[in-house]
Amino acid sequence: MEFVIGKYNYWFYIFLMMIGLYAMIAKKNLIKKLVGMNIFQTAIILFFVSMGSKKGATIPIIQAGQAVDAAHYMNPLPHVLMLTAIVVMVSTFGVALALAILIYKRFKTLEEDEMQ
Amino acid sequence: MKIFALIAVIITGGLLVFSTNEMPDWGSLASPATTHVSPRYLEKTIEETATPNAVTSVLADYRGYDTLGETTVIFTAGIVCILLLRRGKKS
Amino acid sequence: MIKQCDNVIVQSVSRFLTPFILLFALYVIAHGHYSPGGGFQGGCILGASFILSMIAYDIAEVKRRMTEKMNTVLTGVGVLIYAGIGFICLLLGANYLDYGVLAEILPVGTAKARALGTFGIEIGVGITVMAVMVSIFLNLASGGEHEEGSVE
Repeated sequence: MEFVIGKYNYWFYIFLMMIGLYAMIAKKNLIKKLVGMNIFQTAIILFFVSMGSKKGATIPIIQAGQAVDAAHYMNPLPHVLMLTAIVVMVSTFGVALALAILIYKRFKTLEEDEMQ
Repeated sequence: MKIFALIAVIITGGLLVFSTNEMPDWGSLASPATTHVSPRYLEKTIEETATPNAVTSVLADYRGYDTLGETTVIFTAGIVCILLLRRGKKS
Repeated sequence: MIKQCDNVIVQSVSRFLTPFILLFALYVIAHGHYSPGGGFQGGCILGASFILSMIAYDIAEVKRRMTEKMNTVLTGVGVLIYAGIGFICLLLGANYLDYGVLAEILPVGTAKARALGTFGIEIGVGITVMAVMVSIFLNLASGGEHEEGSVE
C-alpha cells in the first residue's frame, strides 16, 4: 500500500500519456493526431511539475521577513523548465496547423486514407 | 490495425509503470531533483537578485541564456507561420 | 475562416473589456517579481486581448489599428531588447547577460540592478510573445488572405 500511495501520481500521468500516444498512432484524421500530440505534451509537463513538489511545502515565492528554509518551499527548477516546454508546445502546434491548412488547400481533404 | 496500436500502447504503458519502481516517492525530500542546486537558488535569491519570486529569478537571471533561446524559438515559429501562409498575389 | 459575429451584445462587451484586459496584462508583466507572472504570461494575455477583438469584430477592422507591418516589426523588437541588454552588459566589461555591472550606470546597488535587468528582459519577452500570438492567429484564421477579412 505504501507503494501505491508513494507513486500513484506517476501512474495517472502515464495513463494520460498513453491516451495521447494512442491518438497519435491510431487515428486517421490529421487534426485528431495533432490533438493527441497536445495531450501527450501536456501530460509530460504535468509529470515534471509533480516531480518537484515536497510534502507540506508552499509555492516558491519567498515570504518577507522570515528566515528562508529550503524545505518549506517547492522546487522552482521544474517550473522554470516547463515554462519553456509550454512555449515550445504552442510553437509546434501553430506550425503544425499552418501545415495542415496547406495540406487541405492541396488535397481538399484531411483524412489520411484519401491522400496519395 | 487499431488492435495493434492498442497492444503497443498497453505494452509501453506497462513498461513505464514498471519503471516507476525506482523513482522517488511523490513529495519526498531526498530526491535528486531537490538536493543539488535548487536549495541554493531558494536561499540566495533575495540577497543576490532582490526578487522574492524564485521562479522569475531562476528563469531570467540564473538561467537567462536559456530564456534567450526560448524567445528565439517563438520568434521563429511566428516567422514560419507568416512564410508558409502568406503566398499572396505575387506567386 | 471564421465568421464575423453580428451579435450586438458580444461586440459591445468585448469593446468594453479590452482596455481592462490590456491593463491586467501590464500588471502581470510588471508584478512578475512579487507574484506569479512574468514575461511569457503577460505577453499571452496581451495577445489574447487582440484576438478577442478579432473574433468579435472583423479582422480588417483590427488590422486598421494594428497593421501587419507593425506586428512583424514588434516580433523583432522584443528579441532585440533582450539581446541588447545583454550587449550593454558585455560593453561594460562583464560576461554576456551579467546584470550586476549595470550598477555602474544606474544609481542603485548590485542586487537591485539585477532585478532591473530582469525586468527589462521581461518587457522584451512580453512584446515578442504578444506579436507572435497575434500573427499566428491572423494567418491561421484567414488562411493567408487577409484582405478578404474572415470569410468561409
